[in-house]
Amino acid sequence: MKLNISISPHIRSRRTTTTVMLDVIIALLPSVIVGVWVFGARAFAITMLSVTSCVASEYIYEKILKKPITVGDLSAVVTGLILAVNLYSTAPWWLPVLGGAFAIIVVKMLYGGIGQNFMNPALAARCFLLLSFTRIMTDYPKIDGVSSATPLTLIKQDPTATVPLSDLLLGTHSGTIGETSAIAILIGAIYLCARGIIKPREPLSVILSTGVFVTLFSLVQGRPVTLDFLLVHMLGGGMLLGAVFMASDYATTPVTPWGQVIFGCCVGFITALIRCVGGGVEGMSYAILISNLLTPFIEKLTTPRPFGTSPQKKEGAK
Amino acid sequence: MLSKTFRGGVHPADKKELAAGAETVRLEAKGELEFLMNQHIGAPAKPLVAVGDRVLLGQRIAEAGGFVSAGICCSCSGTVKAVSPMVTQTGDEAMAIVVENDSEYEAVEGYGEPRDYTKMSKEEIIKAVADAGIVGMGGAGFPTAVKLTVKDGVKIDHIICNAAECEPYITCDYRLMLERADDAVLGMKILLHVFPEAKGVFGVEDNKPLGIESLAKACEGSEKISVQPLKKKYPQGGERMLIYAVTKRKINSKMLPADAGCVVVNYSTLIAIAEAVAKNMPLTRRVVTVTGDCVKTPSNFDVPIGIKVSELIEAAGGFTVEPEEIIFGGPMMGAAVYTTDLPVTKTTSCVLCLSKDESKGCEPTECIRCGQCLYACPEHLMPIELKNSADRLDYDKFEKLGGLECIGCGCCTYICPAKRRLSQSITMMKRYVLAEKKKGAAK
Repeated sequence: MKLNISISPHIRSRRTTTTVMLDVIIALLPSVIVGVWVFGARAFAITMLSVTSCVASEYIYEKILKKPITVGDLSAVVTGLILAVNLYSTAPWWLPVLGGAFAIIVVKMLYGGIGQNFMNPALAARCFLLLSFTRIMTDYPKIDGVSSATPLTLIKQDPTATVPLSDLLLGTHSGTIGETSAIAILIGAIYLCARGIIKPREPLSVILSTGVFVTLFSLVQGRPVTLDFLLVHMLGGGMLLGAVFMASDYATTPVTPWGQVIFGCCVGFITALIRCVGGGVEGMSYAILISNLLTPFIEKLTTPRPFGTSPQKKEGAK
Repeated sequence: MLSKTFRGGVHPADKKELAAGAETVRLEAKGELEFLMNQHIGAPAKPLVAVGDRVLLGQRIAEAGGFVSAGICCSCSGTVKAVSPMVTQTGDEAMAIVVENDSEYEAVEGYGEPRDYTKMSKEEIIKAVADAGIVGMGGAGFPTAVKLTVKDGVKIDHIICNAAECEPYITCDYRLMLERADDAVLGMKILLHVFPEAKGVFGVEDNKPLGIESLAKACEGSEKISVQPLKKKYPQGGERMLIYAVTKRKINSKMLPADAGCVVVNYSTLIAIAEAVAKNMPLTRRVVTVTGDCVKTPSNFDVPIGIKVSELIEAAGGFTVEPEEIIFGGPMMGAAVYTTDLPVTKTTSCVLCLSKDESKGCEPTECIRCGQCLYACPEHLMPIELKNSADRLDYDKFEKLGGLECIGCGCCTYICPAKRRLSQSITMMKRYVLAEKKKGAAK
């Protein structure tokens, strides 16, 4: 009889990196499906191109550098999907391909691969594309043959403008492939929370703090704050998508419970700042990327105190 | 009553259904018995017998080797065959006394004579516990008499019986809850006699409703003794977690349960105390669960300490398939062994035979920073950061992050989706840091 010897524990949970990524993919599917339903087959093609580009980039990079191939963990698929839902369906075919390659090679692999990147790869790629190809990246798709601005653009131009709540919930308004339907994103969010992949405090702190700071800034500027106005800010644009799928990203946000709340508030604050005080319409992507940079500091500040110990005294001698 | 618990922890499948229904079967040793001198935490025991001596059931064959130590009593009558070092389950060497069993079970004088504990003084009871060689039978093996010797001026207001049995598979305490609840309550009454200001609490996980029921019935009529259901969650039976769940008091690695006014005693240990004090029967037997997916008839055996584990497996009908891994204790904190030719010790609660070693195929991959280890850690540590500092051998950072608070429960390794060996690294680093500290103190 040959017996294995190892140090305890001798059992492992079933969850692996791959199943975690699979859960995120499942949670993103409702948004992608609504995107394809609202914006048509082109949205589907963009999504596929983005995912393929991400997976291929990771594979080729690792092949060239003779590193172990890690595409099986599906994290590149997640990056591809998140990038795709952040693009307009009017994008030319090379845009998601370039974005996917940038996200994986420049933002993820060059910093050491999964878990090592300090910025959200998909968002960094989106911002890279936005700055490099501003005109293409702001080309809103037409809904029912009519070109219309996104809800946030509408209220930026006229704060008293209203967008029907049903449009916000169902996603039948202009926007990127995955950001338009609040219901689809919320289904994904509930799934992720139920599976324990993300904690509700992460998206909630982003959304609520955005509401609070938008109200504050608007009041200071002497602008009226209506419920419709707040709802567009909290449900329209990239807010929900960013709060659920990007402000909860593992590698680039704090792991500490309080750190996650503080991170969410940072995102909310910067988003409101850009939208109300600055000239930007969306602001969410930049807010998350800037907050990503604060992650190590937030984590350090919010390191939990070990069970049963009293607050550490500062050593006077040192 | 509402189940109490702590923050953190994990929920492995408990698999107790395998052996929970098996009534305890009394087993005697066929072959010789081996008594290891290091069955407890602290200094090894010192042998009192020599080769060729005739020993009796209940006779003390080894004495405590220091203050934190415990003696050992023989579990049969027979002849001492050897007093020599043997390789133990961990691969280390330790002294052992080997006794040839004559199967007559001739006992020492006074063995089994009833005693009235209410007429005994506190010191007499603690001495009886020490003489019986009782140690914590849950796994740690801390000498119980030392635990009961509380410094003057320290007020003990809770005697907590650890009947959580939170490790998967193990059912020995559960069977004893169903079969010998009265003895456990007697043990609790004895401890309450030692600490008259305290109240007694049995902490039982709520996945054992029948055990809770049985204990509650046995507690009837004793005002100071109660049963507290606890949430089924590993490591609910960790001493610090248990104290917190029952009393909401927190202790850290530098404190003793007594600092929180508590004495925590394992369930089997409590029965051993009752036998030692009220019946003058020293600790010579314990209940061992033999279970796992490759055991033919998962069973609970009441066996003499020193019996070979291979005899237990034989009594359970042997293996249906060849095991890949055999663990002494539970799957979360137990020790994998390389052979079954090892004796049962005072702390052997379970012999777990698994056809598949789950940890074998789990090659660690890069950390994805999901934070699951943080949420699972019952000590509220950051295993992710502790492992990083351990890998760099960063002594100061490790200590600053509270690495010495780690209780080695293994939750972080269990939960990690990237299958990183977090608790293994942290445990090694903790040992290293403690050893360095000891060296520093010696200088």
